[in-house]
Amino acid sequence: MPTISPSLVFQLTLIGLVFFSLQISAAVLVYFERKISGWAQQRVGPNRVGPLGLLQPLADIVKLIFKEELRPQAADKWLFYLAPVLSATTAFAAFAVIPFGPPTTFFGLLEKPVPLQVADLNVAVLVVFAITSMGIYGIVLAGWASNSKYSMLGGLRSAAQMISYEIAYGLALASVLVIANTLSLREIVDGQAGVWWLFNIIPVPAWYVFLAPVGFFIFFVAGIAETNRAPFDFPEAEQELVAGYHTEYSSMSFALFFLAEYVNMVVVCGVTVSLFLGGFYMPGLPVWLGPLWFVGKVAVLLFFYIWMRWTLPRFRYDQLMDFGWKRLLPLAIVNLLVTAAGVLYWS
Amino acid sequence: MAPWLFYLFAVISVVSSLGVVGQRNPMYSVLLLIGSFISLAGLYVGLDSPFVAVTQIVVYTGAIMVLFLFVVMLLNAPREDVAPGPRLPIPGAIKAYGVALAVAMAAMLVWALSRLGAVPFVDDPQAAARVASVRDIGVMLFRDHAFAFEVTSILILVAMVGAVVLAKKTV
Amino acid sequence: MITLNHYLLLSALLFSIGTAGIFLRRNLITLLLSVEIMLNAVNLTFVALGRFNGSVEGQIITFFVMTVAAAEATVGLAIVIALFRHRETLSPDAFTSLKW
Repeated sequence: MPTISPSLVFQLTLIGLVFFSLQISAAVLVYFERKISGWAQQRVGPNRVGPLGLLQPLADIVKLIFKEELRPQAADKWLFYLAPVLSATTAFAAFAVIPFGPPTTFFGLLEKPVPLQVADLNVAVLVVFAITSMGIYGIVLAGWASNSKYSMLGGLRSAAQMISYEIAYGLALASVLVIANTLSLREIVDGQAGVWWLFNIIPVPAWYVFLAPVGFFIFFVAGIAETNRAPFDFPEAEQELVAGYHTEYSSMSFALFFLAEYVNMVVVCGVTVSLFLGGFYMPGLPVWLGPLWFVGKVAVLLFFYIWMRWTLPRFRYDQLMDFGWKRLLPLAIVNLLVTAAGVLYWS
Repeated sequence: MAPWLFYLFAVISVVSSLGVVGQRNPMYSVLLLIGSFISLAGLYVGLDSPFVAVTQIVVYTGAIMVLFLFVVMLLNAPREDVAPGPRLPIPGAIKAYGVALAVAMAAMLVWALSRLGAVPFVDDPQAAARVASVRDIGVMLFRDHAFAFEVTSILILVAMVGAVVLAKKTV
Repeated sequence: MITLNHYLLLSALLFSIGTAGIFLRRNLITLLLSVEIMLNAVNLTFVALGRFNGSVEGQIITFFVMTVAAAEATVGLAIVIALFRHRETLSPDAFTSLKW
């Protein structure tokens, strides 16, 4: 048994903190999704449950807990219950390598500064990619195990979509790696700490989005397609496929899929912020408030996510695949080449 | 690497591999193999090779196993091993012979390795740092083994084209 | 104290399990899965020996083994699909028309 040291206690506290923050963020996202969708459609959104409808997520969770848990008889029992567990686990695990605060000694309780990150690996970028690619299994197994036509089609289509957009995701990621020269997320964030002086007068934050804007666009779009959100949510489109791969799920299994989708959104936004938008650094403002700036930037990106869902029409499935393979992938390759050429030229 | 961690991953990978070989349902076999691969990735991390561990998860579990899963679902692979047509019953004796051969091979390998004498790992942080450096891997891959690297890209292209041609419906 | 022998032993065990799978299973997909088990056992050997020698070469060989395994699994599964379309079965005993 390892000895109970302050650093072990700190590590466990950090894990608990991140885990519970992600769950709370999922609840907050449920509320804001419904509120923002209401405002986008010129209506009020939930406002009955609690002041301003703030207790709506609580009501949703209570409803989901008390619903009857159904399983089609022909469904494979083990796989049917394994699928939502896989989805939720991979969604939470991917957040383990995202840094959300500068190294801190936590008011002098620890001997040496520890970065606010659950796991500080030197291949962190690849770990995020790996765990995201494991998320496909939850969807494919859900589609297969439900033993129903809607689920099967939805699951296969969703998995094909996720695999296709992973390539553009990885290539856009590679363009940042060419600039940053390291695979560790903490070092990538640290590289965006300062300020550049445009024409020696205007301060511009030293974020990689200004060096690779096309990469940012590709990464964010591929991230939206990875999380199966509009306008790429054909596999779970209500009008076409009932509910896609989670048609046959109810109560807590459905809640796990729901949770997995929102946590995946938070993960994609978190990775985008760390890679392109400077992580927890805000030039000119105190860096020990890092988590606050991180949460703020993630919130802005999540607002874009929700705004896009209720503004853009849905892609048809062949349009979706066409966009991923024939437009986004060549763009990502060209972007990588141009970024590499630029780095070579200016160094 | 802590011994209990090694034994945990080793036991998981061996038990999962036994499950792959012994399981009737091909879907369960694929999932058990994924479990085995993840525990192997854990072993690679213990060997100070995080890059190979992550590549294993991305390539093997994230891509190859998804391909296997798709094929199992597409073919609706039957649960039992049945051989229709010209009935070739496999008597239990032949299967037992196969098991005996495999056990004999395992016994020979174990015996050969046990005659090696215990070879402890050099607990040298420099060796660990050398092995864990992704930069060294990249430099060696693109400088010393550049030709093999380019050839593998052609190999993958050929495999893709071949797979599309072989699996196409000729109606 | 985990020595190199532990890793080599584990690799040998996995390799034998994969070989047993090829002997025993009468299902084309499970045959391919057993081949993957064997390839992974070999990967483990390479990485362990690479770490033992303090050299990165072990990991580089692993990289190539993984790529070749991917290509082989792809083409193998395409062949399995083509065979299944022909005979509606996944048992290798049904494809014996070259025997005399």
